[in-house]
Amino acid sequence: MPGEHFVVPPHWEWYILGYFFLAGISGGSYVLGTMLRLWGDARDAIAARVAFLISFPTLLICPILLTLDLGQPLRFWHFLIDDSAGGLAFKVWSPMSLGAWALLIFGIFSFVMFLAALAEGGTVRALETAASFIAGAVGRVFVVVGAVLGLFVAAYTGVLLAVSNQPVWSDTWALGGLFLASGLSGAVATILLFSRRGAVVTDGKLMEADRYFIILELLLIALFLITLGGVVSKVLGGGWIILWLVVLIGTLVPLIAEWRPTMRRQPPPVVVPVLVLVGVLALRAVIIFSAQA
Amino acid sequence: MAKPVGFLTDVTLCIGCKACEVACKEWNGLPNNPLEFRDSYDNTGQLDHANWRHVRFLETTTSNPDKPIAWSMMSDVCKHCANASCLEVCPTNAIIRTEFDTVFIQQDVCNGCRDCIAACPYAVIGFNQATGTAQKCTFCYDRLQNNLMPACATACPTQSIKFGDLDTMRQTAAQRVQTLQGQGVSNARVYGDTEYGGLHALFILTEKPEAYALPGAESAVLPGRNDAPGYLTAAITAVLAGLAGLIAFRRRGDTSSRTIPSPSEGGSGSSSPSPYGGASGRGL
Repeated sequence: MPGEHFVVPPHWEWYILGYFFLAGISGGSYVLGTMLRLWGDARDAIAARVAFLISFPTLLICPILLTLDLGQPLRFWHFLIDDSAGGLAFKVWSPMSLGAWALLIFGIFSFVMFLAALAEGGTVRALETAASFIAGAVGRVFVVVGAVLGLFVAAYTGVLLAVSNQPVWSDTWALGGLFLASGLSGAVATILLFSRRGAVVTDGKLMEADRYFIILELLLIALFLITLGGVVSKVLGGGWIILWLVVLIGTLVPLIAEWRPTMRRQPPPVVVPVLVLVGVLALRAVIIFSAQA
Repeated sequence: MAKPVGFLTDVTLCIGCKACEVACKEWNGLPNNPLEFRDSYDNTGQLDHANWRHVRFLETTTSNPDKPIAWSMMSDVCKHCANASCLEVCPTNAIIRTEFDTVFIQQDVCNGCRDCIAACPYAVIGFNQATGTAQKCTFCYDRLQNNLMPACATACPTQSIKFGDLDTMRQTAAQRVQTLQGQGVSNARVYGDTEYGGLHALFILTEKPEAYALPGAESAVLPGRNDAPGYLTAAITAVLAGLAGLIAFRRRGDTSSRTIPSPSEGGSGSSSPSPYGGASGRGL
């Protein structure tokens, strides 16, 4: 039941939009890379490698955007160290606190996998230690733990919005799942975009996975709108409907194109993944901005 | 540990003089408000980083032609909630509870993330662009530490703002409501007895709380209510996404129809054409 609050917006805007977008791509790419490694065959190795090569650089931009958004950017480390009482600043019940720690720890996993992916591709032979570590049993556990963190990084941004008293954000519990599903879909699109310049892509598998992610995303969008109850007009009203149309195009067109690859009139190759990514961005934009309007 | 302190703000005694606003600004060195004409005597507008007291003018039309407008004035302030939304979400521990049980933002610790602003259900906290930090009423923490009353309560000429230990304020509020109801003000009520675990700024109101931009008891909920369901939905989505990945990526008996042979393998593409146009060659 939505609570009637008399709040003012926190003015989380473009930096946060960029951060939420990239966190979804980074976490999602790592998760997809892990799934391809664990469940795929030898021909999926290149796509898995591409996924890990995407995850770390996109993650690297996230803390920069977060820091730029702070009123006191030089105090970014206060997220981790308690400057008043000493010790660590860690609050399990504060998604922003958990997220700051998750970014740091996931960064380590993402970085190691980035090095391993470079080594596996023969780009940097000096990094073969990383590649051999990942190939072992401990390495497998390492990759999976990183994937759990990747899922968290992709999803927690939605929970962060919900754990507030802002209209829209706090009126639903669907945002964490929604951001995760759309982040995974965006990650598939990014992997396909970058793989196009290259690798032997197991794109049939990726497209199949993307279909499921998009269906999940559409279900969660419906759940999100239903749970909003009376405040739904705040996200659907006015000019926001244009962004929702972009979201729909970014989900339905890829869904149809991926479902019916034999369709006579297929969109040009780059168009579908770009549509997905624009849709992922539009979804976050409409949720972030409409609630604060 | 000092005794918990509290404000009691009585709308039936407020005359809208704004002495509280001025005293607060003077003591705390807050900047003047820019000159702005509003369609009201309320030219402060809202609580924010530069206004830690705000005399809200509730103007309602009446059927009496001699008095077409009825005014109710309320000096609004941070509620210093027992269960404070801002304190709950603050990721840096910049927001603390003082020895007086009040809620205080440490300016040297706050990094300006503004999570507290998103959380506060009373729109109390403002972001100061000059300092890059979140700011709000300190309950005159420096004055309390020196056994002085907060500036607003000291300046109030009608005793609309009372200050004292919290238990005394609660008793005073209950007695005052009884008196008002005895005088025929049947709508008189205390706000802040139960909301957010009990507020340190109590109010005596003569209208519904929502009329003064205060959430009713059923709406006074903490941000943390969405923690568990939010993560649970994400976890269920993660499990479903994992299953999707397992179905899509699992090793199959015949994977030839699912993968695209590279040109070096002599293949011309997948058996099912790709909307991405297939791919070939080396990756990143």
